[in-house]
Amino acid sequence: DDKLLSEPLKHPDFFNVKELFSLKDLFDARVHLGHKKGCRHRFMEPYIFGCRLDQDIIDLDQTMQHLQLALNLTAHVAYRGGIILFVSRRRQFCHLVESTARECGEYAHTRYWQGGLLTNAHIQFGAGVRLPDLLIFLSSLNNVFEPHIAIRDAAKMNIPTVGVVDTNCNPCLITYPIPGNDDSPAAMELYCKLFRMTIIRAKNKRHQSEVFDELQ
Amino acid sequence: LRLIYTTTAVQRKNVGASGPEKYTEAFIKKQIEEFNLGKRHLANMMGEDPETFTQEDIDRAIAYLFPSGLFDKKARPMMKHPSEIFPEQRKIQWGEDGRPFHFLFYTGKQSYYSLMHETYEKLLNVQRNQDQLAAQDLLPQKEKRNLAGSRWLTKIELEEMLLEKLSDDEYSRFIQLLQKLMTLPCGDIEEKYIQKFCKEVPVQLQKVVIEPLKYDERGVAFSTSEGTRKTARATVAVYDNGTGKITVNGIDVLHYFPVLQDREQLLFPFQFLGRIGKHDMVCTVSGGGRSAQAGAIRLASAKALRSFVTEKEVEFMRQAGLLTVDPRVKERKKPGQEGARRKFTWKKR
Repeated sequence: DDKLLSEPLKHPDFFNVKELFSLKDLFDARVHLGHKKGCRHRFMEPYIFGCRLDQDIIDLDQTMQHLQLALNLTAHVAYRGGIILFVSRRRQFCHLVESTARECGEYAHTRYWQGGLLTNAHIQFGAGVRLPDLLIFLSSLNNVFEPHIAIRDAAKMNIPTVGVVDTNCNPCLITYPIPGNDDSPAAMELYCKLFRMTIIRAKNKRHQSEVFDELQ
Repeated sequence: LRLIYTTTAVQRKNVGASGPEKYTEAFIKKQIEEFNLGKRHLANMMGEDPETFTQEDIDRAIAYLFPSGLFDKKARPMMKHPSEIFPEQRKIQWGEDGRPFHFLFYTGKQSYYSLMHETYEKLLNVQRNQDQLAAQDLLPQKEKRNLAGSRWLTKIELEEMLLEKLSDDEYSRFIQLLQKLMTLPCGDIEEKYIQKFCKEVPVQLQKVVIEPLKYDERGVAFSTSEGTRKTARATVAVYDNGTGKITVNGIDVLHYFPVLQDREQLLFPFQFLGRIGKHDMVCTVSGGGRSAQAGAIRLASAKALRSFVTEKEVEFMRQAGLLTVDPRVKERKKPGQEGARRKFTWKKR
């Protein structure tokens, strides 16, 4: 059991997440498109490649690196049986995100976030609740274009966060930001597909390793 | 005796208020076993067969063994199945390893949001179907569904179905989604799903059935009806081809109602329709006083005359107030007052 858990941590890319996406895929899904120059957030300037006709373009090389780190993290968390919570407050993609979570066997929250969900969980849910071990933000703003409350709450409760940050978002409190577009349906479908594939891959690998160990 | 010294910090227990009592599954199971055992004991006590002892027999036995004069039925001793006494509650939502069962558990209102998710999925399905058919130009015509006989579930019924509290806004959103689903042309596929949230409404406006005329041995047409006023109950039979004779409890009307006012009341329906000398009446009346009995017979005769008369005249009678039951009864006396309304004399000192 100990060997099962420590083995993946020795390799930098145990689950080979690099092969799941390429630069061309990201470009075709329009991940590099940001908002207009006026909406730009100050802390997103390092991630922006340039500005054309007032529209910001996100640097896809940096996106590739960040995406690889984030997918690696989700794969490890899923391998160790952690609870993953998908958060997004965009109404267009609410159904997509919930279906993705359901197919992975993980959890989703695309509705109104009640104040004490993470910080007051023992009173809201019951005595022995288990909080999520990873939060994935597929859109880090809420419906009034402010940073989602869950980012701050996860930082308070020591829960690592992975988030897709657009040019008008604040990447500060997110542990693994992924600079990229969160507005077009193509980009969202790409992200959902990638996360779904990593989680399923990691779970299958865990299942195989357990079966292999039992046989020996 | 040894005095135990404790500090106030140990004595004070700062426990927060817990919610409504939570019943565990084991507790409910034990209650069900005790109920079944008690049912058999009760059947033995009453000398009945324990195998065929129904809930009605239990109620009768309890009412016999523990007679209670309390007015509130819910305060009387009762013996019912635990599922009716203990309200349905949510069991623990997560497994041994801590992972919740439902994928929307962390939203707080998992049943409501999963319902919205499912309904939205049906909507998307229907829209896709519609697009496919539109591409092939095979759109079926929408038939107007009869909306009069059914209504949506109320907020309280939905709360009971989901075992969760809802807000008005959330309820209205759900109903709007369902209505949108219904209005689409290809919504018939999801009929069964929508039917889960519909309820039949009994037709409220029951058309008052005017009874047809009956014929007795001599071939004379007659009709019977009943009327009430205060505590008086009257039954009346109005015969056609008559001379205007009225008999009450076997006594002629002049002897039974010496006062002119009461006789005027009896004649009012016939005078209104202009049929004073044309009908005979035989009535039986009991209860009430002089005036109440007169009013009861008037109502009964008006109802009986409906069978002899056209619909327009029935409407005239209704508007004249001949067919309405007078709801006025004697108001009760209240304590601290001399009568129903009269207060005691107020003295300044």
